[in-house]
Amino acid sequence: MNLAKIIAAKELKGYFASPAAYIVLVIFLLLGGWFFASPLFLSNTSDLRSLFGIVPIIYLFFIPAVTMNLISREKSTGTLETMATFPINETQIIMGKFWASLCLIGIGLLFTLIHLITIMLLGTNIDYGAIFCGYIGLILLGALYSSIGLFTSSISNNPIVAFIISFFIVFFLFIIQYSLFFIPPFLAGFFQYISSGYHFDNISRGVIDTRNLIYFISGTALFLRLSITLLETRKWK
Amino acid sequence: MIQLTDLVKDYGNLRAVDHLNFEINEGEILGFLGPNGAGKTTTIRMITCFLTPTKGNISVGDLNVLDNPIEIKKMIGYLPEHNPLYTEMTVYDYLKFTAEIRGVLNFKQRLKEVSDKCGLHGIVSKSINTLSKGYKQRVGLAQAILHDPKILILDEPTSGLDPNQIAEIRELIIELGKEKTLILCSHILQEVQAVCDRIIIINKGKVVADGSAEQLQSSFQNRMKVNLELTATPEEIQEMAAALTNISVLSAKLKGEYVQVELEFDATADRRAEIFNYVKKKKWTLLEMHRENVSLEHVFRNLTIVEGGRK
Repeated sequence: MNLAKIIAAKELKGYFASPAAYIVLVIFLLLGGWFFASPLFLSNTSDLRSLFGIVPIIYLFFIPAVTMNLISREKSTGTLETMATFPINETQIIMGKFWASLCLIGIGLLFTLIHLITIMLLGTNIDYGAIFCGYIGLILLGALYSSIGLFTSSISNNPIVAFIISFFIVFFLFIIQYSLFFIPPFLAGFFQYISSGYHFDNISRGVIDTRNLIYFISGTALFLRLSITLLETRKWK
Repeated sequence: MIQLTDLVKDYGNLRAVDHLNFEINEGEILGFLGPNGAGKTTTIRMITCFLTPTKGNISVGDLNVLDNPIEIKKMIGYLPEHNPLYTEMTVYDYLKFTAEIRGVLNFKQRLKEVSDKCGLHGIVSKSINTLSKGYKQRVGLAQAILHDPKILILDEPTSGLDPNQIAEIRELIIELGKEKTLILCSHILQEVQAVCDRIIIINKGKVVADGSAEQLQSSFQNRMKVNLELTATPEEIQEMAAALTNISVLSAKLKGEYVQVELEFDATADRRAEIFNYVKKKKWTLLEMHRENVSLEHVFRNLTIVEGGRK
């Protein structure tokens, strides 16, 4: 079996071995459900736009919480030493943990399909393309935030510190597009480009543009690469 | 089997390991001694590819740590200091995970063998955080030997255990040492003396002694100390020392009808026969005569103590 897959399986099992994953998932689904259901009959449209509006906000807490322990705990308890002396390299460790986090997010998203079923039963003229794109966007956004969470988890030995730093990074990336009017015009384009919300909105509108894909994929790759490098530097310190 | 060449490790300005050179032969049980902070764990971590040397190299068989870390890691079983474990997992899950990562094929059979060896029966399905320290240590050892490695490295495997547990773990180590090249890192001298064929003592990142326990002791034994218990008076003992020449009386105490004597002389010649003959001539009754060995502790303290405390 692929080594990253073994790590991912172990981490995923670890999530469900403690109540933490259940609590996080329940909160995720409660919030998502509330914000989806409450405006449903008011807006009277059969789409998941309200869901796609709230999930990125829930992500801001959800993903840092899911990823904060991944590396920092291994460092603080010393298990990193056992892990790193297995015949495995740093890339496989980080990728394994990344997939575990993404899988947990995927499980959360899987449960939100109940909302899709609701509008399929109640609504008419459903734009399945837009919904499909929205989910793709949520997965890409989850991947980006997971890689950021992994990166901050590799910085600190303390999960709480890791949580706070990754929360600030993802919050910045999320909020920046709403604050563009504070930014000098010549920088506005740049800040708009680095804002995760901007790219997510484009995708969830039903347009998958390569620009947006490149943003998510390269951003995720960058933070994964940084995490791997951080994990490797322990050897040279 | 394992060759360290000019090994250096710096932590910032601190030189933890300073040009180490030694070889560990196949099948050897090596005791790696040194005071805390001497660089033992750092050296071990470089052998296990957890850290990379600042300078120098380590080769294991034909492989070296810079080019073939993965291959080397496959050959080594390692129990790190403080025995870190995934405490939220069960023993079974943890060993299963180890087996998967290590690519152990016949896991069921290995689990049985390892459980027999490490005495894990009855705790396999338990969660690791419910286990006692001794059992946790066994789980750590089981993890280290699960893939039947050629080289086994144990970093302070008995620290924090009670005397019974220490004895158990020590027996297990002796058992394992029969078939593997074993490095035992420790600062417990009796342990190393009881288990190891060869001892390397390091201090401040440098090798200060290398040899078997007996060799190390004899190199420190230029004066031989002999304890006697016999029927005589302290004055007569002084007379004996004067008559035999070059024997100093460290103490001579009367205890009931006997006198307890400590004698010391140059270790180049064994003078116990002379002493015995003198006692026989005087018709004293000799109850006890034995040579006192220089303890390994003495050797260790002499080699590693730094005047005015450690820098």
